[in-house]
Amino acid sequence: MSMAVTHFNYIAVIVLMMIGLYVLFATGNLIKRMVGLALFQTSTALFYISLGKVSGGTAAITIYADSPEGRALAATLDPAYVDQFGINGVVYSNPLPHVLILTAIVVGVATLSVGLSIVVRIREAYGTVETDEIEAVARVEAAQSGPARSEAGA
Amino acid sequence: MNDIALQASFALNVALLLMLVIVGIAIARSRSLLASILLLGIYSLVSAAWLVVMDAADVAFTEAVVGAGISTVVLLGAILLVRAGPVRHDWRMTIPPALLVLGVGGLLIYAVTGLPEFGDPASPANAHVGRSYLIETPKEIGVPNVVTAVLSSYRGFDTLGETVVVFAAGIGVALMLGFGPRSALSPPPVATGDHHVVLRVTAKLLIPLIMLYAFYVQFHGDLGAGGGFQAGVILAVAPILHALVFGLRETIEAIPVHAVRSVAALGVLLFAGVGLVCILNGGDFLDYDYLFPPSVEAMIPPGLMGDPDHAHHWGQHFGIFFIELGVLFTVSATMVTIFYGFAGRAADEQEAAS
Amino acid sequence: MILFEAIYVAPPALTAQAPILVIAGPLIGACAAVLSPGARTAWMISVLTAAFTLWMSVAVAGEVARAGVIDYALGGFAQPMGIALRIDALGATMALLIASVGLLGALYSGHALVSEVKPEKHTLFQSGYLLCLAGFIGLVLTGDAFNAFVFLEVSSIGTYALVGVGEARDKRALPAAFNYLIFGTVGATFYVLGIGFLYAATGTLNMADMAMRLATLGDNTAAQAGLAFVVAGLGIKAAMFPLHGWLPGAYAGAPSLVSVFLAATATKAAIYLIIRFVLDVFPEGEFGAIFLRWILAPLAATAVIVCSVQAIFAKEVRRILAFSSVAQVGFIMLGVSLATAAGVSAGVYYLIAHALLKGALFMAVGAFAVSVRARTVDDFAGIACEAPWSAAAFGVGAASLAGVPMTMGFLAKWTLISAALEAGAVWIAVTLAIGSLLTLIYVWRMLEAIFFRMPAAGAERAREAPVGVLVPLFILAGLSLLFGVTSTLPASMADASAAALTGAAP
Repeated sequence: MSMAVTHFNYIAVIVLMMIGLYVLFATGNLIKRMVGLALFQTSTALFYISLGKVSGGTAAITIYADSPEGRALAATLDPAYVDQFGINGVVYSNPLPHVLILTAIVVGVATLSVGLSIVVRIREAYGTVETDEIEAVARVEAAQSGPARSEAGA
Repeated sequence: MNDIALQASFALNVALLLMLVIVGIAIARSRSLLASILLLGIYSLVSAAWLVVMDAADVAFTEAVVGAGISTVVLLGAILLVRAGPVRHDWRMTIPPALLVLGVGGLLIYAVTGLPEFGDPASPANAHVGRSYLIETPKEIGVPNVVTAVLSSYRGFDTLGETVVVFAAGIGVALMLGFGPRSALSPPPVATGDHHVVLRVTAKLLIPLIMLYAFYVQFHGDLGAGGGFQAGVILAVAPILHALVFGLRETIEAIPVHAVRSVAALGVLLFAGVGLVCILNGGDFLDYDYLFPPSVEAMIPPGLMGDPDHAHHWGQHFGIFFIELGVLFTVSATMVTIFYGFAGRAADEQEAAS
Repeated sequence: MILFEAIYVAPPALTAQAPILVIAGPLIGACAAVLSPGARTAWMISVLTAAFTLWMSVAVAGEVARAGVIDYALGGFAQPMGIALRIDALGATMALLIASVGLLGALYSGHALVSEVKPEKHTLFQSGYLLCLAGFIGLVLTGDAFNAFVFLEVSSIGTYALVGVGEARDKRALPAAFNYLIFGTVGATFYVLGIGFLYAATGTLNMADMAMRLATLGDNTAAQAGLAFVVAGLGIKAAMFPLHGWLPGAYAGAPSLVSVFLAATATKAAIYLIIRFVLDVFPEGEFGAIFLRWILAPLAATAVIVCSVQAIFAKEVRRILAFSSVAQVGFIMLGVSLATAAGVSAGVYYLIAHALLKGALFMAVGAFAVSVRARTVDDFAGIACEAPWSAAAFGVGAASLAGVPMTMGFLAKWTLISAALEAGAVWIAVTLAIGSLLTLIYVWRMLEAIFFRMPAAGAERAREAPVGVLVPLFILAGLSLLFGVTSTLPASMADASAAALTGAAP
C-alpha cells in the first residue's frame, strides 16, 4: 500500500491519460475527439514532470545559497541532504523533463489546430461532425455511381 | 523528509491531481461541446498550478498561455464554425474503448511499479544528464535560467524542430482554411467589429500593454521564467484581441495575411541562419561559441555587463537571443495565421447569413 | 557499400557538414517556398532543394562507407549533454532512399499537382512537401530519442494537411486525414510515453548512451514497458497490423504525389525507428527475444495474410495498393523479427524494394489521374490503350510487387524466404510463400483490367501524361528493373545495415 503513496503521482497521471484516451475513442463527435486527444497529450506531459521532481527542490533557475531565497530553502531541509544532492548549496529539480514538455505542449497545440481545421472542412463538406452521419453520407454518395470515369481537374 | 513544508507540498500536489481527475471525468461525461471546451481550459489552468508546485515554472507559464489560452480560442473558433449541437451518447460505443483503456491502464500501472520513488533525487533520471545540466550551465552558458539554457543551447536542435512544427501547423491550417472566397484572403467588405465603446477603449489601452508584456517575457527568458514560445503566443493575442473588437477587416489591413506568413518563414530562417553562421565561422551547427569570429568578439567592451566572466559567454548569450527572436517571429505569426484561418471563414458565414 | 568508397562527391569541408545540411537544406527550402511569389517558382525551389538534399545524402553515405559511423555533435556539446546525429549504414541507406524519392516526387509535382490540388494551394503544398522531407531525413539521422519524436511530428503534421488537400479530387480525403491525425498523434504520444519510461530507467535520451545503460540494468519493468509503448506508438505510424486502420483511407484520398511519398517514406521511416529500438537500443536478452518471436512475428504474419486478402476483395485501385502496403510492411517485419544478420539484411532490402515499387505504382496511378478521374478497378479497364507509357510503368511496378523474376521484388522475396529457412523459422517461410501467392491474385486483377480489357462504353477517354510526369515515373519504375538485374548497390547497403545492427556479417 505504501506504493500508492510513493508512486501516487504516476498512478494519478495514468488515470488522467486513460480518461483522455477514453474520451477520444468513446465518442463519435469529432470535436470532442480533439478534446480527448488534448487531454491525453497534456497528461503525458504531467508524467514527465513527475519524473523530474526532486523532493525539497526548487525551480531550475540558479540562485545563490547565501541569498534570502537560498537560505529560506536550506532552512527547510536536512543539511546532509543538501550537501549530497544540492549544487552549491541549493537543491534543484531536474530541468530536462521541463524542456521536453515545453516542446511537447507546443507540438500538442500545433496538432490541435491542424485537426480542428480539418474538422471545419469536414463540416463544410459533409454537413455534420458526427462519424456515423459522415459514414452515412459517404455511403449514399458511393451508391450514386456516376460514369465509369469522369473528367479530371479540380 | 518528515518536514512540514515537504508534506504540505506533497498534499498540495495530491489535491491538485485529484482536482484534475475530477475535471477529466466531468469532460468525459459532459454532453455539451462548449462545456467540454471550457472544462479543458480549467484543466489546463489547474495543470499550470500543479506545474508550479512541481517547480516547473517555465512549463507552467507555457501551459497557461498555450493550453488555457490559444487552445481554448481555437476550439471555440471551431465550434462556432461547426455549429454543432449536443454530443450524442451511444452506450454501445463506450464498451470497446472502456476495455482498451482498462487494459492499457492496467499495463501502465504495473509498469509504474518499476519506477523509482516520486521525488527521489538519486533516480537515474535525476542523477545523470539532468544533474549535469545544472552543474555545467553556469560554466558553459552563463545564463541563470537552466531550462532556457538547455532549451536554446544544449538541445537547441530540438527547439529548431519545435519551431518548424509550429511553422508546419501554420502551413497546415493555411492549406485547409486559407483560400478561395471563403477565407481571410478576401476579407468581408464591411467592418464587422463590435461597436461597444467600453470594449473599444479598453482594447486600445490593453493592446500596447500586451505587446509590451510579450517583449518583457521574451527578453527576460534567460533570467527568469519565460522565453520565445510564451512571448510569441502573448504577442499573437494582441492582433486577435484587435480583430475581435474592431473587426477582422481592420486587422487584416494592418497585418496582411501574406506578411504574417512571411514573418513565420523568416523566423525559421533566422534560427537556421544562426546555425549556419556558426558553421561558416568554423564550428558545428548551432555551436554558439563560434557565432562571432574572434575579430568581432574583440570589439565587445569587456566590462559591458559587469561580470568579467561574461567575456567567455558572448556567443552563447547572443546565440540564444537570436534564436529566441526567431522563435518569437514564427510562433506569433503562426498563431495569427491560425486565427485568420478560423476567423476568415466565420466572417464569411456572417456575411452569407445577413 | 563498395561503390561509394572511391566517390568523393563533395569537397571535404562540405562533406563534414553534410549530416546537418541534408536536414537544414529542405527546412530552408520550405521557408523559401512560402516566400516565393508563384507556384512555378515554388516548384523550382522544391526541385533544387531536393536535388541538393540528394547530393548531401550521397556525401553522407560515402562518408559512412569510409568511416563506419558518423557522429555529429550539434551545438558542439559532447554526448549525452547535447543532441548528436548518429549515422550508421542503416541510417545512411534510409536517408539516401528518402532523398531519392523526394527528388523524384518534386519533379513529379510539376504537372501532377495540377489536376489534383487547387492552384492557389500549390506554393504551400511545396512548402509542406519539403517540410515532410526534412522531417523524415531528420528522423533517420538523429541519435537522440526525443529529437526523433520532434522530427516525427514535423513530418506528420505536414502529412496530415497534405492528405487533406486531396479533397479537391476525393471528398473522402478529409475524414481520412482526420483519422490519420488521430491515430498518428496517439501513436506519437505512446512513443513519448515509452521514451519517458526509458528515460526514467536510464536517465538519458541519447540512444547510444541508453543502449549502454539498458545493458547493465537486467530485467527492469519500466524499461520493458518503455520498449512496448515505443513499439506500439511507432507501430501505429508504420501501419503495423492491427494498428493500420488509418492507412487505406489516407492513401486512397490523398493526392497521388502524397500517396507516393507516404508509401515510400512515411511508413519506412517509422519502421526504421522500430528496428533501431528493438535491435539496437534494447539489449539482447530474454524479453527482447520473446517480444520478437511471440508478439512481432505473429502480428506481422497476420498482416501478411489478412491484408493481402483484404486487398483481393477491395474495389478501388488505390485501396488495393494501400492494403497491399500494410501486407508488405508485414513482410518486412517478418524479416526483421528473425533478428539474424541475414534476416535483417533481407528485411532492409525488402524495405528498399517496396519503397521503390509502391512509389512507382502510385506515381503511375497519378499519371492516369492527370486526365481522368478513375477509382475502381473497372474504371481503369483498358486504360493501357489510351496511356500506354504510364501503363507500362504500372506494369513494371506490379511485376515487382508480385515477385516476377528480373525485378527487384523477386530478389527481395527470394532473400527473405531463404533467410527465414536459414534461421530455421519454417512457419515464417510458409507464411511468406502464401502471402506471395495472394499478392499475385490481386496484382493480376489490376493488370488484367488495365491491359486485357476494353474501356467501358461511356467512359471518358484518358490521355497520356505529360513528359514532366513520365520522366520521374520511368526513373522510379526503372530502378525496380535495374536492381532486379544488378543488385549490388542495394544489397551491399542492406548487408552493411544488418552488420551495423547485429554486429555480425550476413
